[in-house]
Amino acid sequence: MTTSSDAEAAVAAVEHVADRIEAEKSHLTDLDSAIGDADHGANLHRGFQAAVEKVQGLDDPDVQEVVKTVGVTLVSEVGGAAGPLYGGSIMSASTEFADGLDAETSVAFAEAYLEKLQDRGDARVGDKTMVDAVTPAVHTYKKSVEQDDLPPVAALAKAVDAARRGVEFTVPLRASKGRASYLGWRSVGHQDPGATSTLMILEELLAAAEERTDADTEVDAASPTIPDEDPEAAEEAD
Amino acid sequence: MVGLLVVSHSADAAQGIRDIAAEMGGADAEIVPVGGDPDGGIGTSVPAIQEALDGMNSDEVVILVDLGSAVMNAEMAVETAEKEVVIADAPVLEGTLNAAVEAANPKGTLESVRDSAEEARDVSKL
Repeated sequence: MTTSSDAEAAVAAVEHVADRIEAEKSHLTDLDSAIGDADHGANLHRGFQAAVEKVQGLDDPDVQEVVKTVGVTLVSEVGGAAGPLYGGSIMSASTEFADGLDAETSVAFAEAYLEKLQDRGDARVGDKTMVDAVTPAVHTYKKSVEQDDLPPVAALAKAVDAARRGVEFTVPLRASKGRASYLGWRSVGHQDPGATSTLMILEELLAAAEERTDADTEVDAASPTIPDEDPEAAEEAD
Repeated sequence: MVGLLVVSHSADAAQGIRDIAAEMGGADAEIVPVGGDPDGGIGTSVPAIQEALDGMNSDEVVILVDLGSAVMNAEMAVETAEKEVVIADAPVLEGTLNAAVEAANPKGTLESVRDSAEEARDVSKL
């Protein structure tokens, strides 16, 4: 695997995410208007549009630079709490990709991301925040790769399922962090917007990874050996 | 001299708090307001806070914040700041008032200004 193909995979994943956030802008804002300040969709959209432009404009980057650029751009452009939470965590975890993108570095990235996120937001599982989606996703991904020996794309698919259950888990909770916490019991019965956008992002990382796997498989269809690097496109920013 | 940076979700609110505190703290205290998201709407943004911090004359700054994301964005700005900056855990208006009085005191220090701001947590209104 060449470095530039890692970076290419990362850029493709960012494009996927930006398109999805654009399509879901109103949905996210609706969720946020129920228990927050109704800006989550607009904020993330602004951030990911800027991030796509930035990473597309990079001159021969490696994967770490692509991921770091996404983080820095989100911090600058998103505003609100989602800026430091998403952007700050991505920025700080991006160092895990110093040696390129593979199963091991993607697990390290995921764990570093979760740790920074919990630290920055001072939130734990059950607080009705994005941590409720990220935590099961990261733990599932790590276990699937390290214990169950699944290829990264299959592990990411499991992580997406775990995040989806995490999002559902936020509905009955009473928020104890963020703007929703001011609502007290009125926050119960609403799905957390941050957990939802996290799930959307993971779904798009998976879609990008699957596309890449398919493409690699086609290219190598005539080859007698099955490439072992193809699933690794998945994990640049999970 | 210790400066104060007031970070609110609303640029107007930050300005208003600054105006009230300036009256109390006298003309000597440097009090800078910053607020609004990158589009100029309600919110807070790291670059705006960084810019405000950089533009201050004071080498030591106490930041007063309103709601959650103001705290997070201020924390990120502090991490890259080239001056000594602390965030006060205080109600933003009352904290800024208290801090302005202490900041105008020639003997005020970064710690004493932050402590003054945080004393406002215990002030009862009724």
